[in-house]
This record gives sequence, structure tokens and C-alpha cells, in this order.
Amino acid sequence: MTTTRREFLRNSGALVVYFSLPASAVLSVASALAQDPGLSGNAALDTWISIEAGGTVRISSGKVELGQGIRTALAQIAAEELDIDLSRISMATVDTVRSPDESYTFSSISIMQSGTAIRKAAAEARRILLELAAESLGSPVESLTVQDGRIYRAAKVTQVDYWSLLAGQSFNTAVPQDIKTKPVGEYTIVGKSVKRLDIPGKVYGDAAFLQDLRLDGMVHARVVRPPADRARLVAADIASIEAMDGVLKVICDGSFMAIIAKREFQAVKAAEQLRAKSRWLLPEDLPDEAGLPAWLRSEKAKTYPIVHKEASTTRQAVTSLSASYSKPYIAHAAISPSAAVALKSDDGLTVWTHAQGMYPLRGAIARVVGLAESQVRCIHMEAAGCFGHNGGDDAACDAAAIAMQFPGRPVRLQWSRADEFQWEPYGSAMSIEVKAGLDQKGHIVEWDYDLWSCTHSSRPRGAPGAGNLLYAQHRKNPIEQPPPASIPQPAGGADRNAVPLYVFSRTRVDKHLVQRMPLKVSALRGLGAYGNVFAIESFMDEAALSVNADPFAYRLAHLKDVRAIDVLNKLRELSNWSDRPKTGSGDGWGVGFARFKNLTAWVGIVMKLRVDPETGKVRLDKVIAVVDSGLIVNPDGTRAQLEGGIIQSASWTLKEQVRFTNSAIQSGDWISYPILGFAEVPDIQIEIIDRPDQPPLGLGEAAQGPTAAAIANAVFHATGRRIRDLPLTPERVTMTG
Amino acid sequence: MGVNFTLNGKPVSLDVDPQTPLLEVLRNDLQLNGPKFGCGLAQCGACAVLIDGNSSRSCVIPVSAVNGREVISLEGLGTAKNPHPLQLAFIEEQALQCGYCTNGMIITAAELLAKNPHPDSADIKRALAGHQCRCGAHPRIVKAVERAAGDMP
Ligand code: FES
Ligand code: FES
Repeated sequence: MTTTRREFLRNSGALVVYFSLPASAVLSVASALAQDPGLSGNAALDTWISIEAGGTVRISSGKVELGQGIRTALAQIAAEELDIDLSRISMATVDTVRSPDESYTFSSISIMQSGTAIRKAAAEARRILLELAAESLGSPVESLTVQDGRIYRAAKVTQVDYWSLLAGQSFNTAVPQDIKTKPVGEYTIVGKSVKRLDIPGKVYGDAAFLQDLRLDGMVHARVVRPPADRARLVAADIASIEAMDGVLKVICDGSFMAIIAKREFQAVKAAEQLRAKSRWLLPEDLPDEAGLPAWLRSEKAKTYPIVHKEASTTRQAVTSLSASYSKPYIAHAAISPSAAVALKSDDGLTVWTHAQGMYPLRGAIARVVGLAESQVRCIHMEAAGCFGHNGGDDAACDAAAIAMQFPGRPVRLQWSRADEFQWEPYGSAMSIEVKAGLDQKGHIVEWDYDLWSCTHSSRPRGAPGAGNLLYAQHRKNPIEQPPPASIPQPAGGADRNAVPLYVFSRTRVDKHLVQRMPLKVSALRGLGAYGNVFAIESFMDEAALSVNADPFAYRLAHLKDVRAIDVLNKLRELSNWSDRPKTGSGDGWGVGFARFKNLTAWVGIVMKLRVDPETGKVRLDKVIAVVDSGLIVNPDGTRAQLEGGIIQSASWTLKEQVRFTNSAIQSGDWISYPILGFAEVPDIQIEIIDRPDQPPLGLGEAAQGPTAAAIANAVFHATGRRIRDLPLTPERVTMTG
Repeated sequence: MGVNFTLNGKPVSLDVDPQTPLLEVLRNDLQLNGPKFGCGLAQCGACAVLIDGNSSRSCVIPVSAVNGREVISLEGLGTAKNPHPLQLAFIEEQALQCGYCTNGMIITAAELLAKNPHPDSADIKRALAGHQCRCGAHPRIVKAVERAAGDMP
């Protein structure tokens, strides 16, 4: 090459050239990319990092902030690799015009995917910047070091820094997969409990949320949904609503109705009137709430074999044990009802949304409104913690559809609290049956496991998934909803964590995916893991008890996974398990354990609680949690995520179920759908097994199942009553014999 | 019809439908971000503001009801330059996940500390009992209020 690298960078404009790699390296990049979902399809370094004028570095990730602190953790990773202060990092909003396409932010894989990509991109950026510095200073790269972006030569400060080298310019190169990253031993930012970047703005009332977006000329919209999903509109007095103060437009399209008004309160009043002045035909097609497990088993289902492992020993089962468990429909119940802003202009359609995946949503909305994908732009803004697929995508599509009929003005759509409770897709109900054969020593040698459930994901994945959006289903010319998706192992959907980590001689696990979805369902924190871990860990307790074994010892006797064994041993010690009170005393201690997806973090929970013998009310006193999630990027962030997960799972387990009659959803507010409050939250102690030499693993969903099982096992220990159907309401705790 | 009240120490005067919820006036007309819409039913606490020193749910209070009264929002409690001890304590304890409930927690805690400068954790939990948090930030919120109580002048 005759041009210097610096000239090349200056001259090459926006063209992406893979100039520094020999052909063989390109091939190895391609094959490595296949294993790295973050970088695959987003190999250009400029997609991830730009050196900005004014001494900052902008990092673009395709992952969105859901209140989990992910963007602070990603900023830590970038600052670490670049050797700059964390305060210099700005994290860009996810926007389909420029962000890397990392699909959804879900499944606790952000640190693994986006974190790995950013680590490599930052390492490559640093390498290039040092090369440029070497050229500019006329010194070999080996003589240079970096401190907060400033170049040092032989430990002496120079005039050169990242910004004098490349501010405002492009890298124009691809991120090689085999780039050398900083050794973990040299980390100074990753692994520290740095404070989250977004918190100050939120405590001072800065504009931090989608709800704080106020555009010039913005008008306000409300949807008036049918009283039930498949209800049909018989009549509506549209004219009288159109005459109301401030009403700009009433939309009636099949069973989709919406109001646009100048002021928000006008839209609210008009929506109330429209609701009162429309008549619907209600189908009676919902299952019997009290008989959900039986209903799931009676429905037409597609069976997927998950594990069929033939016996590996000749040890014979001499006794058998079986039990059935269930969980109800559970709501995400974000504190902010869904909202979106959309603007149709001559250039196309822009949607500001708090959904979890900007690119998949863009594809779906484009199909629904009949625009090319390139004419639709989705921009992420935060809302309250969503914990999976809530009403966000549907509200975005509603706003888009309304804006298409009201071009030129930004339309702000706000769902009501009842809209959110009645129309968000719930976490699926599940019914589970476990049968085990125990040998002479009480060891489990045979394991049969069947689970029945609707799908655990109906996300609008691009154009093919458009039929999952509410508006697309309700409008006059509906788009048909795609058949329920089965998410394959090892992650799994309904079958997530259906494969026990315990080792048995013969194991059979089958998933029966119910085809009909009378209630809307989709991804809720952990998917099937919550129900499956509750079932498996309850059953392990029952099996241990049947042979008079200690629950810890019994689990350990069936485990080979070394990190799992470490977690349980640590947990037994920390919880002073040997001091466990006698069964039936009213005080109960229970344990629950799993490795999330059998792929990410190991979490063990001991729950200490008290059951009021009169009322059956459960009071959670103390939680001891032990986690191994490999390298920890931010220890305090890890604790916060676990605390939150434990509290939310405790809430699901003790209180939560979506209520419905045979025709309509009855849960519509915080009284008909109560969650755990301040008075009920236990003390939580968290122990992290730090393994800096191991890759970081997602843990945001890892506590859901273990917490549920620990509570159910502790309730049994306190009362001698085994409750196999969630939630563990006081009625169930006092009634079960 | 005009409505006049004091917001964060400054007089405001508006010509709006007197039935409009105070929350909407604060957010849409006066462009405040602190008070949040969470339910509109007085069930979650996200919309709380201080009215004459009492934590109140602005989503169900018609704006006409604050005529002549003093309203303080999160923005009026303190700023980055001149923070309220609760705001510092929430940062120090990292007492939020998504932060959507935070406004209400801080406002009600401010009322509590004004009336009882040294609450114990049971007092704090009782004061915040009507506030919902879906993210499970409760233990940190209690700790933050305890810390602020220790820091109160
Ligand atoms: S929004 Fe006012 S209490 Fe929920
Ligand atoms: S921090 Fe998200 S609702 Fe409380």
C-alpha cells in the first residue's frame, strides 16, 4: 500500500473497505461471525463506535435499556477496552437509521452478544488509533500507551489523543473476530460497581422516558378496544363522538376504534363516550379459569420431543413417584401503560416506541401500514421495566396506524391502565406432569416429564410476524396470526429449563404445544423456565422427602456439574441449613436451584418464611441467594437485577394470576391484579461467586424459577402441605390437605 | 375559566377545562417530567406531587382543586445543582431499576421526612405502602430513604 493508513482513512469517505485483511483472514472472520450474533451482519466498526468532537466517544448498541442497567454495563466494557474514562462514553439511542441490528433485547443475552461485539469493536478501535498515533508521532506502537484517550510515549504525555487523531471521522473497517482484547487481569472499570449513567436524570425529573417526548403540534390519541378479543362491533354512534369538544378524528376500522383529539383529556373523555356508545357481540370462547391445567391437556397440541435418553445403567426402579404442577397466566404489568408517538410525513413514517426490538418491529409495521421497510423508522425510548413482550409493540402499531390516517402531525397514543392489563400478551399458563422411578437407594433412575402450554413468544418478528399485532388482527382486512412458534432447544420456549440439570439414567421430556391461543400470550421474563423450574425443584423436594433425604444432599447426589455443586454447597453453608426448624412448625425453609436455560447463570435460593396457620398468609422473612454468572461486569448491577428478579418472582408466586370469565378478561387495575408491596418484601442477601476467567453470563431472568420453588418448598416445610398449583394464595395454603 | 396556583415556588395561571386532571396540566401544559402517568386511578403513586406539603395523586385531582394552593413536583424538590437529600440518596443507593416509580417514591418520602425526620424502616414501608414498583427496587428504596433521613439537616 502506498497511501498511509491515515490518508486512507481520510480519503475513503463512507465506503466500507475491508482493507487490512488478507483473504484468509476474511474467511476466518466470516466463520467466526457465524458464532457471534452481535457482530454478524454488523461487522463495520463505525456501526459500533465513533470518536466525537468534544472529547467523547459514542457507542451504538442494538440493545435497549429496559431498566436493567444494560447500557451502563456496555459503556463500562467500551471504556475499559478503549482506556478512557466512563464519563466520556455516550450511549446512542437505538434507531433503525443507524444502530446495529441486534434484533430483540431479550433472553438475558445482551452482555454476551452486544458486550462481546462492543469489546471487540473497542479493541480494534484502540488498535487503529494507536497505529495512527505511531504514525503521527513517528514512534513505534510498542512505545505508546493510553490513559483516558491521551497517548503517552515512554510514559511521557504527548500532544496526541484519540480526538486529535480521529474526531468526527470514520474508521472504515470491519471488526476482525480474532482481535486481541485486554486481559481480564488488567481490568479497572469492568468488574466495578460503577453508578448507572441514567439514574441522576431520573431522580431530577429530566426527560428520560418516551412519555416525556413532546413534539410540536402533537395531538393525543386513545384506542377503544373491544370488550373481548374476538368481540364483533354491532353498532357505534360515531357522529356524536365526532361532535365532541377537541375531537379531530374518530377511526373505526373493523373492530379497531381510536380517537384523536387536541388535548389529552378530550381524547380520554371521547374514548369513554365511544366505549359507552358502542355495542359488541361477545363470544364465549375463553377456557374455564379454575380448570386451566385440564383445559391445556384437552386442547389440540403438537408434541415436540425434547429429550429421549435411553437408560445408561441397569439400575432398576423399585418405586415410582408422580405429581402434576401448574402455573396460571401472568401479566407483565409494567408500571407505565404502553405508549407510542408516530408521525407520518412525506418521507415516510417515524415511530418512537419502547418495544424491545426496533428492526423486527419496523418490518412488521411496514407490512401492516403498507409502506416499504426503508420508509419506516423506529426509534427506541425508555418506558417502565417491561420484563418481556408487553403492550409496547401493539401500542407502536396502533400509533402508526392512527398516524397514517392523520398525516403531518405527531400523534401520541397512550394506553390506559385497563388497556395494558387486558391487551398485553400474558406469560403462558402451563401444566406439567413429572413421573420418576427410584432405585433401591432412593436415587432417581427414570424421569418422565410432560408439559402442556401455549407458545411463549408471539413477537412481531418482522413482516412475517405482522399478524401478531393487535391492530393487524382487529382491522377490517386482518392479517392472519402466524401459527404458534416453537422456540428450539437449548434455549427453548415453553420447554425452557424443562431439561433438568440433574443426571438420571433414563430421561424423557416432551413438550405439547397447544395450538389455539384464546388468551394472547408471549414472552414473559424467563419464559417456560419459571414453571419448569418450579415443577422440577418441587418434585426434587418431594422425591427427597419420600426417601427421607435432605433436600440439599439429594440434589447434590444427582448433579455432576461442578459449578452447580459449588453454588449449592455455598448456599447450604450461608443459609445455616443445618439449623433448619422441624417440619410443620409454621416456620419454613425451602431451597430452589437452576442454571438458567442450562446455558447461563446458576442461581440457588433459600427462602425462609412463616405461614400464619389461621389465615394461610405467607410472610417472607429472608432470602439467601447464591449466583455464578462468570465474569461480573458490574457487581452492584448484578445484585440489583437479582433482587428485582427475586421480588418479582415472589410476587408472581404468592399473588399473581390473570382473572377472566368465559368471555372477557377481568384483571384491569392494581386491585384486580395485586402485586407484592413494601410490607411483603423480604430481606435479601446475595452472594456472588466471581469467576473473572469465565465469560459473563446473563442473569436477569435466572432467579424466577428458583425463587418460586424455594417458596413452595418452604411452605411445605412450614405446614406439611404441598401446593402444586400457582399462585400460593392463602386459600390454597389453608385448604390443601 | 382560569386556574391559579403556585408551582415550585412560581405562580402559574392557566386557562384550561377545570376538570382536567392536574397530572395532565403539569405534564402537557407545564412540560414537567417528574410526575408520571401510571394508572390514572390513584392506585400506583407514580403521579404524586406535594400539595401544601401533602403527597397527593395528581392523576385524579382536577386542576381546579389546586386553585390558590402550593404544588411542588420532583423538579421543585431539588435539582442536580441543588439536590434534595432524597435525590442524592437514591443515586447513592442506586434505588431504582427503570425509575418510573421513582417520582412517587421520592415525593411521598419527602412528605414523610418533613413530618418525621427520623423514621425507622417500618415507618418508611408504611408510608410507601400505596406505591407500586414492578422492578422490585423496594429494599433499595427503603435504604435510600433511611440514608436521606440520616443526611437531613
Ligand atoms: S397515576 Fe396516579 S396513582 Fe397511578
Ligand atoms: S423501578 Fe421500575 S417500577 Fe420501580
